[in-house]
Amino acid sequence: MPLLGFALRRLLTSIPSLLIILVGVFVLLQFAPGDTVDALLAQMGGGDIAVIENLRRFYGLDASATVRMGRYLLRLVQLDLGFSAIYGKPVAEVIVERLPVTLLLMASSLLLALLGGIVLGTMAARRVNKWPDALISTVGLLFYATPSFWLGLMGMVVFAVKLGWLPSGGYEELGAGHVGFWRLVDIARHMVLPTLTLALIFLSIYLRIMRASMLEVSTMDFVQTARAKGVDETRIVTRHVLRNALLPMVTLVGLHASTMLGGSCVVESVFTLPGLGRLAYEAVVQRDLNTLLGIVFISALLVIIVNFLVDLLYARLDPRIREKGR
Amino acid sequence: MHAFQRYLRNPSAILGLVLLLVVVLLALGADVIFPRNPLALAGRPLQWPLANARFWLGTDNLGRDIAAQIFHGARISLLIGVVATSIAVVLGILVGAVAGYYGGLIDEVLMRLTDAFQILPNFLLLLLLIAVFGSHIETVVIAIGMVSWPAPARLTRAEFMSLRHREFVEAARLSGLGDLRLIFSEILPNALPPVIVYASVVMATAILLESALAFLNLSDPNVSSWGNLIGQGRSVLRSEWYVCAIPGIAILLTVLAVSLVGQGLNDVLNPRLDQQ
Repeated sequence: MPLLGFALRRLLTSIPSLLIILVGVFVLLQFAPGDTVDALLAQMGGGDIAVIENLRRFYGLDASATVRMGRYLLRLVQLDLGFSAIYGKPVAEVIVERLPVTLLLMASSLLLALLGGIVLGTMAARRVNKWPDALISTVGLLFYATPSFWLGLMGMVVFAVKLGWLPSGGYEELGAGHVGFWRLVDIARHMVLPTLTLALIFLSIYLRIMRASMLEVSTMDFVQTARAKGVDETRIVTRHVLRNALLPMVTLVGLHASTMLGGSCVVESVFTLPGLGRLAYEAVVQRDLNTLLGIVFISALLVIIVNFLVDLLYARLDPRIREKGR
Repeated sequence: MHAFQRYLRNPSAILGLVLLLVVVLLALGADVIFPRNPLALAGRPLQWPLANARFWLGTDNLGRDIAAQIFHGARISLLIGVVATSIAVVLGILVGAVAGYYGGLIDEVLMRLTDAFQILPNFLLLLLLIAVFGSHIETVVIAIGMVSWPAPARLTRAEFMSLRHREFVEAARLSGLGDLRLIFSEILPNALPPVIVYASVVMATAILLESALAFLNLSDPNVSSWGNLIGQGRSVLRSEWYVCAIPGIAILLTVLAVSLVGQGLNDVLNPRLDQQ
């Protein structure tokens, strides 16, 4: 399996980077003013010194920074993310509750961005320098320059407030008691605006890349050969050009996994979606450092996993890698 | 002057340049046209644009003049754009140049560090930095620079790797130049054009990052920033949506200007890509 070997080798190189992230973020958080216990005390409205010391011992904050870091890394290996003082339950539990929303948002946005980018990019490339191309390219440029949170707010004004077609926020109608199929429909309706908001900037990038690589590939010899053989234009595009033009897009998806996760912080805050990004924002505001570290760890893992899958897909699409295993 | 003429032959590049000049003029004119503190109470809150001759873009929900905030906000966006981008590009060039020039173990270590920054979501790292070091405007600018260097670093590294064994470099090395001279006066000038073009992408992203932070109330509340105004107007979005809409258009046009100028520069500096 040279294909899997290639992806696994790439996976191995991300382990040192993961370690750098964990150690770096842990060290960074040592500079934070106040620890979890301070945040907790602020919530409780103060407490006497004995209680404070007990709390510090309970959260293991009485040891030196090096010892705590060692402990933290050791616990991470066992997938134990510690305890969130603010939410009053294990961090892993808090994150698992929030993860599905973010995964759904990312997956649907990625799908929309890829499909939209491929279709529009292909359309623009096939009518290069004519009006459809100019229109598509201009719209792409505008999407690229639009701040996502603003687009979300404006979408809310138009589709939720003025037209009343879509809900303005949240993950589902809580009081409505939808079950089964209708619950899915309800969630889907809630995800339309957030998905569009997160996807459009990526769509604009994919569209530009797709257009450029379509133009580049279509001048190559093998396409000319196919054309000379009398293969019809649609088949040339779908079978010959598209597959090669897809390669740079696939690479970008890997790079964008982390950008998208960052973008979902903002989008989830705009639409009050109970996802990982919003959890990160809340953790920052409430100084819940354990949760923050947990989110960093899970996000990094998520990005690494996406990149692993992208490598597999890339190797699958590009026979040169399959042959050489590299 | 040849390059400049080529740039001016491209209509969208001219549009970008004009838009960028307008933003610069807004920033320069802010103190002249709106000498008062833009964050001070100016009049009755929530007056629609054009409803009152004194406030031609209206007032926000705190009774502050939106036009004044747009003018003063241009400064913050340009400041973020220029300073954060410079930090990111300089850091990126240093890391990329050293990694690409020396290769081997140094390259390996620096690239794992770059990977680390690329794996961790930009915005999450930005939130962490703000949580730890506070949200003064200086901190925000430095933090945005700190999260944006990996892409320029990779680009510089790739350029250095393709240039370091070229004949002119070998010739300079044989004539006895040291590593520093080779890196900075021989290779870097040749590696620079694509990095400069990419700086426009970094700048566009930096402006968007700051506006998102400000929107979430995590940027400096004491400076007039477009993102701040959008965050402020969010509570009256349902009825007085113009409070959010106007600063958003300002951000959009500024980022568009930066991207168009970047594309124009790209066509001039990398002519082989200009074949459509």
